Order: sequence, then C-alpha cells, then structure tokens
Amino acid sequence: MSIVKFKNNGIRFDLQLVASWIEPGSRVLDLGCGEGDLLLYLKTHKAIEGKGIEQDESKVVRCIERGLSVLQGDLNEEIEDFPDQAFDYIVLSQTLQQVYEPDRLIRSILRIGRNGIVSFPNFSHWRIRLQLLLTGKAPVTPQLPYQWYDTPNIRVITIKDFILFSKQVGFMIIKAAAINTQGQEKWGRMITTFANLRATYGIFQISLPPDRKQLDD
Amino acid sequence: MGLVEKQFFTFAEGPDKMVLECGTSLGPLTLAYETYGKLSPSKDNVILITHALSGDSHAAGYYDQEDPKPGWWDIMVGPGKGIDTERYFVLCSNILGSCLGTTGPSSLNPQTNRPYGLDFPVVTIGDIVSGQKRLLDHLGIKKIVAVIGGSIGGMQVLEWAIRFPEMVRAAIPLATTTKHSALAIAFNEVARQAIMADPHWNSGNYYSGPKPSLGLAVARMIGHITYLSDESMRLKFGRRLQDRTDFSYNFDADFQVENYLRYQGSKFVERFDANSFLYITKAADYFDLGLQHGQGSTVRAFSKTMARFLVVSFTSDWLYPTYQSKKIVQALKKNGKDVSFCEIEAQWGHDAFLLPNERLTEMIRGFLDRVYRQI
Repeated sequence: MSIVKFKNNGIRFDLQLVASWIEPGSRVLDLGCGEGDLLLYLKTHKAIEGKGIEQDESKVVRCIERGLSVLQGDLNEEIEDFPDQAFDYIVLSQTLQQVYEPDRLIRSILRIGRNGIVSFPNFSHWRIRLQLLLTGKAPVTPQLPYQWYDTPNIRVITIKDFILFSKQVGFMIIKAAAINTQGQEKWGRMITTFANLRATYGIFQISLPPDRKQLDD
Repeated sequence: MGLVEKQFFTFAEGPDKMVLECGTSLGPLTLAYETYGKLSPSKDNVILITHALSGDSHAAGYYDQEDPKPGWWDIMVGPGKGIDTERYFVLCSNILGSCLGTTGPSSLNPQTNRPYGLDFPVVTIGDIVSGQKRLLDHLGIKKIVAVIGGSIGGMQVLEWAIRFPEMVRAAIPLATTTKHSALAIAFNEVARQAIMADPHWNSGNYYSGPKPSLGLAVARMIGHITYLSDESMRLKFGRRLQDRTDFSYNFDADFQVENYLRYQGSKFVERFDANSFLYITKAADYFDLGLQHGQGSTVRAFSKTMARFLVVSFTSDWLYPTYQSKKIVQALKKNGKDVSFCEIEAQWGHDAFLLPNERLTEMIRGFLDRVYRQI
C-alpha cells in the first residue's frame, strides 16, 4: 500500500489523481463538470484548454462566471456534435454509474478524445458486501449515500466489471488506480492489493487500441 | 452611468454611396450613436452593443437630470455593472432603417426633399452591420472585445462574427436565432398588415398628414404578446378586470391584459415610425445566416468566425425558443469553435433578456473578463 500525498488544493482526492494524469497544455473536456473545480485547477496548474458540460443551470452560471467555457446540456447528447479527436482527455468523473447507455457513451468519448479518464464508486467494496450480507438491505455508504428509491445511480459497477467491460467493448486500459478516500474525500490512499475488495473508487485511463480509428457499434 | 449624449456620424456622401444587399445605392447616411466609458490608447477595450427592433442608441445613462428613465439596458451597462464602463469603452448605434436618429424611411430623401417613405430601399441585417462597421472605421477601431445583443440585436451579433471575423474577439448572442421560424414571420406579417390596413398609412406617404397610429399600435400589441409567455401573462394579469368589478358588456378594455396592450400600443406610437417597423421586421424575416454565409449550411456559415461565443436562451421564450440557440451552439461545436451556452430559467418570455437577472449579469461579466484578459 502506498500513501499518495497531494498538496491540499481544495479539490477532491480522486480529482487530484485524475489531474496528475493529464499532460500540461492539453485539451480537456470534463463531462458533468459541476462548478468547474477540476477545469479551473487544470487551467491554473497545467495551462490546459478546458471545456465542460453540465446540466444544472446554476452550476453552469458559476463556471462561466469563473471564466470557464461550459455548455449546459445532457452529456449524452452534447458529446455528439464535437469533431473527431477534438480533445486529448475526456473526463467522466463518478458519473458512469448514472449513464443509461455506458457502451455508447464510451464509444463517443473515444471518438472525440484521444484518452478517456473514467472513475466510478466501486460497488464491491467490503463494506457494501458486508452490509448486504448482514442487513439484507440495499447498501448505503459515504460514496453511495442514497436509498434505493432516490438514487441517481442506476448501475452497479465494480472494478472487476469495468475491466471485463473493456474487453467486451474493445477499448484499452492505459492506466488504472484504485483509491480509498476519507475526510470529505479531500484525501485518500492508493490501493494496490485486493483492490476490488478494498477500494472505494476505481479510476481508469482508457483509449482505442493503437490499430483502431473507432470502436464498432 | 450619469449624463450621456447622442452623437451623429454621416457617411456615404456625394458619389460614394453605400451599396445595399438589395442592389440599391443609398447615401448620404447618418448613424446616431452613443458611447460610455473611455477608449483605451490602444483602442483595445471596445464593446459594441446591438439593439433590438424598437431600441435605439440610448443603451445607458440619462440625457438630462430630469429624464424619468435611463437607457434601455442601464441595468447591464455602467460603472461596476455586468458590462463595466470603468473598464470597457461601450458603443451603441441606432440601426439603419430605424427612426431614432439614424437614416430610415422617415428621413428626408435628398433627391425629393421629402421623407423617403417606401422609396427607402429594403435593408438587411447585413446592411445594418455594414453601417456599424463604417462607424467603427471612422472611430479608428480595428478590434472589438465583444459584440453583445438580444433578439434582432442578437442577429447582428451573429452577422458581425461571420462578416468581420478578424475584428470580433467574442460574441454574446442573447435570445436569438440564425433565421426566423414560420411562426416568427407569421407574427411579423400580421403586425405589418395591421399597419398597411390603416387608411392613414397611404402606401407609406403619411408624413405630412395623420399617421397610421392605430395600425402601428395594433402591430405593437401583437409584438408584446410574443414577448411575454403564457406563464408571465397569467402571473401579470390573469383574468383580472381593469378598474371595475363586473363586465362592461361592451367593447371597452375590461381585462387588465387588454388595458396593458392598449397602453403599450399607444405609448409606442409616440416614439416610433410605422414605416420603420415595416422595414426592420422585414430585415429580421429575411435574415438567414446559413443561406447568406454558408450556401445553405449554418455549420459552414460559422466556419468563418474567429470569436469565442457565449450563447444564452431563456426557458419561456417561445418567439426564439432554446432549440434555435442550440442550433448556433451545435454549428459552433462542429467547427471546433469555443462556445459556452446557458439556458436561463425565466418566466418572462422573450422579454427576459432585458430584465434584471443576476445570473445573466454574472455570466457576461465573467465571460468578458476572460476574453479581455487574453488580449
């Protein structure tokens, strides 16, 4: 186990890790960018050319106020009009579990971007397994704080499932990290052993196989 | 914004006339304009505001301390406001074909020494923008930080960004469209018919006699309905009666909404020319960015622009609904241009872009700041 310390930049631990994977000066699209914390951080520290998509009006306003380039809309639709390979990185942070057609979205991500960075709460963390086993009720954790009837998370994904999914859809995993976050998610640690059991989040950098221009439908 | 002054610029004098898109030459031409704030020594802090159908050059401030009301966008333009006149040099000119200081059908035709009337050529949004360009040339301005405007003003913003791409760093089209829908043309046509059906209209020759005031008032009433929304009219008027408790059982203005429209119509007649209304609505109906700049393709039309865009629409605007703003966004995205978009939740219909809205103000402020810092 290795403890990774990032300077406290005010952004979430998982986003700090995502940011550490992004090359300076690159073009970044953040799908579901919220109030633009990651984009602003990358703009300031890595001189990226950033763009965000966000559905919530007040968050979009906040982003534009902060000088970010952001489109209001549904990420599944808004991703469609960009030209091929318009971005170096496309970030889909903690949103995959809310997407209706994940394979279609991944294909679109890899059409308009060289790399995708995808993160999601790991549903096979031991605490979740134990809750279901011992209480017989749908699990509620700090990472998945909803009841079954009000959760926006319509999909249950585990780190193992995502790796299998990559083989089915045909994309490559370039980098993978399993993390365990604590303290309002501002800090955390990398998990290297028994990740599927011990990590609260999985983060993957994905791309097309080198011989492919796009993924088949 | 304190006291401001309307200024005038005359061009296309003598043989050097302006050739319009319809093929006719027109001259001399005068543009009324106003400026707010200070032009920087390098002339790099210019913001151009383009006004809508019935607007004028008076975007902010007061002409006189006794004026009851400031300019039409005083909530947005002024020291410390969304468009900060302590930082930017703001310019607004009355559009060609209007009647509020700029040459239009009510101006004197130098060849006849009488008002042009229908001898005034039909002008387009392109002509309007070309006129503004002449004014900027005259002022020695080569680059604009941003062109900002709503509705027909928004059409001018789009036209500017495509016609003069090297001049425009940023564009903020509000509540607008790349072309009128059949619905929008239909409302304009009914409004024009109301004017032309007024016997005083007299084929546009009414300047020496009674004016087609009733026709123009009805035209304005139709316009006002399209600027509101079902929700805003329900909240503003509902079925409330005006100064009475029961129906009059005649054709007086029983309902508050009737009274409001009549008031708006009669107020408009005092300040606006019926022929100008015909010309400007026609210019708006003819506007088709894809047809005029992209051989029929909106996407191709936007390939020319070099500006960053902030596109804003309003949820209850049914004259220029959000899908029309999204068309602009889509075309810009397909061209790989920098565009931000926000649909503001507002109940006031098309009029929302002119009403106080903190979200709109803060977005414009933040967006302009980013553009200006990168100069």
